[in-house]
Amino acid sequence: MQTDTKVKVDQAQDAKGDSITILRFSGDISSTSREAVIGTYQSLSPHDHRQIVLDFSKVEYLNSSGIALVIQVLIDAAKAGQKIHISGLTPHFQKVFTMVGITRYAPLFSDETAAGAAF
Amino acid sequence: MTSAPPRTAVEVRLPSRMGYEKVAMSTAASVAKLMGFSPERVEDLKTAIAEACINAIEHGNRFNESLAVDVMLFISPKTLEVRVADNGLGARVIAPPPDIDRKMHGEEPPRGLGMFLIRELVDEVEWVTSSGATGSYVRLVIRLGDPTGNPK
Repeated sequence: MQTDTKVKVDQAQDAKGDSITILRFSGDISSTSREAVIGTYQSLSPHDHRQIVLDFSKVEYLNSSGIALVIQVLIDAAKAGQKIHISGLTPHFQKVFTMVGITRYAPLFSDETAAGAAF
Repeated sequence: MTSAPPRTAVEVRLPSRMGYEKVAMSTAASVAKLMGFSPERVEDLKTAIAEACINAIEHGNRFNESLAVDVMLFISPKTLEVRVADNGLGARVIAPPPDIDRKMHGEEPPRGLGMFLIRELVDEVEWVTSSGATGSYVRLVIRLGDPTGNPK
């Protein structure tokens, strides 16, 4: 019944030529997604990955346990001095992320292009 | 004396296994669409029901797959009431709203968002604890055309 969480890691550059790392999630993000979300984030060296976009445009299902994993990434990124932008959430989950207060620590963008341009 | 309008009921019985909350979500979404709820309200309802079912599976039935989570939808002309029942004692303490600053500083765990989301996304919510003879349930209500203009 649960769909696996898939993560594709891509690189891009911002207008200044600085590297942007994009984590493209797809499938479900729930309590079983710890390795996919936290594990993938932790596999990235904080020294080499200063600007990260978490893209949710291909996510089919997200619940509170999945949102908690996103918060854990924000906690770890804040400690490491990395910047996180979030893209591709549906209007409903943009509302939910705002309710929870996540937008105080990671701004939301409609798509990854806008998210990358805003670093 | 007027009698209450008749209510149509839909019931779904789920195993206490993570992922099956999606069955309740899709059933409730179908019912809400038939009743004329807006797409935004349908999404609110889906998330609230998913969180209620997850709480029932995890905290109520403690992942015991021999126990069921019963989801009952009561349809009235202007309201949809949902009851999500399990075999646990029920929520005796309602979790306080999450504090993102405290979470970011490690002063509270990242988890603990479910009850907050339910409260924020529906018009009315009640956690009913077990009376001994029966299990506990959470009762959610969403209303068509909220007269207060509440943007929920």
